Amino acid sequence: MSTEDSPHKDADERSVGLVSTQYVDLFAPPQSLKVAEGNLLGPVHVAYETYGTLSEKRDNAIFVCHALTGDAHVAGRHSAKDEKTGWWDELIGPGKGLDTNKYFVICANVLGGCQGTTGPLSPKPGTETPYALEFPFVTIGDMVEVHAALVRHLGIERLLGAIGGSLGGMQALEWAARFPDMLRTAVILASGPRLSAQGIAFNAVGRRAIVTDPHFYKGNYYNQDDDPHFGLALARMVAHITYLSEASIEKKFGRRLQHSDQFAYELMRETEFQIESYLHHQGKRFVERFDANSYLYLTRAMDYFDLAKAYGSLPEAFSATQSRFLVTSYTTDWLFPIAQSREIVSALIQARRHVTAVELESPYGHDSFLLEVDQLEEMLKPFLAEAYAAN
Amino acid sequence: MSTSRTKEKRRYKMPNPSAALTDRVIMEHIDEGSRVLDLGCGDGLLLSELRRIKSAEILGVEMSRRAMIQCMTAGVPVIQADLDLGLEAFPSQSFDFAVLSQTLQQVRHPHVILEEMLRVANRALVVVPNYGHWRVRWNQLLWGRAPVSSSERYQWYNTPNLHLMSMPDFRDLVDVVEARIVKELAIIRGRAVEQAWAANVRADSAVYILERKSADAHAPMP
Repeated sequence: MSTEDSPHKDADERSVGLVSTQYVDLFAPPQSLKVAEGNLLGPVHVAYETYGTLSEKRDNAIFVCHALTGDAHVAGRHSAKDEKTGWWDELIGPGKGLDTNKYFVICANVLGGCQGTTGPLSPKPGTETPYALEFPFVTIGDMVEVHAALVRHLGIERLLGAIGGSLGGMQALEWAARFPDMLRTAVILASGPRLSAQGIAFNAVGRRAIVTDPHFYKGNYYNQDDDPHFGLALARMVAHITYLSEASIEKKFGRRLQHSDQFAYELMRETEFQIESYLHHQGKRFVERFDANSYLYLTRAMDYFDLAKAYGSLPEAFSATQSRFLVTSYTTDWLFPIAQSREIVSALIQARRHVTAVELESPYGHDSFLLEVDQLEEMLKPFLAEAYAAN
Repeated sequence: MSTSRTKEKRRYKMPNPSAALTDRVIMEHIDEGSRVLDLGCGDGLLLSELRRIKSAEILGVEMSRRAMIQCMTAGVPVIQADLDLGLEAFPSQSFDFAVLSQTLQQVRHPHVILEEMLRVANRALVVVPNYGHWRVRWNQLLWGRAPVSSSERYQWYNTPNLHLMSMPDFRDLVDVVEARIVKELAIIRGRAVEQAWAANVRADSAVYILERKSADAHAPMP
């Protein structure tokens, strides 16, 4: 999630400017949401942001699905003092890849998240205490179910597109499979129809770091003096490595030391190499904005996602969708390697769907979908414009 | 300088059959409503015409990003792939036709790509230049020069054409990949001629429709 800070861009005509997060309650009982194992959840509070204007025909809406630890704030700033813009600000705005002069862009925090949408941090109905680990298990399908309800709540029957990278790409795939009539395009970036065993392994290490933190208190750390922030930071450090590539780490940090030209020969010094210092910094920043329980739920949902298993086979999952697909993969991504995208493409060909696929050269590993915005924009613009015109 | 230019003038250059001509010939031989895969589809013009005129279900394969973006602008679905690496992502038997126009001579392993085409599609439609043309032979005999194509950008050392073949050479290759020729059309002075007299001497390029020898009987070609 490393978008460049650009404090002087407020005057930029290509920014969506000041935005604010909005909230809505959906699935109020008795219309509760049935999640994973049949548990009922409701009402579900949803945090979302929108940019641009919905057309009169309500046919220009694009839903942005965020990755594992993202949120609804995808573009612009919350206040003039904000140093940081939304996490995909480079892609969204007037004249940008998702052109807000043309399109109505929606982004919402996922179910199970901790950035405004109902999750383990939310109070259990009828109480003041958070769900913690009593929060029911949720799947990516459930997340998409909530977002589809939000889209309908906004008066939109059919999206021009759903776009996302990584876990966001999984959501976009689920959108196409679950709501075949609601989507005209799906843009799947650096993603796959399931997480690899290697990816599950890294998630497992992250979760282990959290649950073995002495301040985890079986998930009930909310009213304690301390919380499992060391474990959560460690989880983030491990995950962060999977987002980079060998080449990008080498180029950015190499073996350079942080404070000196010489080894300190101190065993307990944790930030001697620059890469160490960087990972510690990422971990520290992450715990300021993320909830450990939420991390457990979301990584598990990601591990469980298996589109082929859920729908019989991959081509079967795509058998009903009328959506056009744009699938991109990145040469140095080893968390979702190119082969994973090829599998999606292969299934789409077999299901006789409209698919465009590109393998992009990028040194940035899995993070490429956030960083290679120019390359993405170059394709996204004609792809969306043509689909929009073809309606 | 002037002598070299005269020599250049004397030198025969294989005409690139105009895209319009080959596209028309291809168009005529693709059945209404077919699923068509175009390998090296460029800007996607042939495919979008096939969709418009023949209601074809289309897919392109292209390496160049710029060409891919032209495809997207035209709403033509396209997969970025290197033909030299095969068609791994393409399921078997998923197309009625696989088209390879003016590209076979540019790939590293022509026999592999032909086999792959016949794996993913029922029929392969291939357009190849014919180096058996009399002017190539004449040029070789008289001046001892390697054949080049009419594109000004290329000489023998930087031509994308890696493999030179004549019509009988191509027929041999068809045997090697255990395919059979459903149709052979010689392109002679801008016209596609079936069963042309002395085709290998007169044609500057040729269009072939191939299918697997083992393939079940297909409906007769138009």
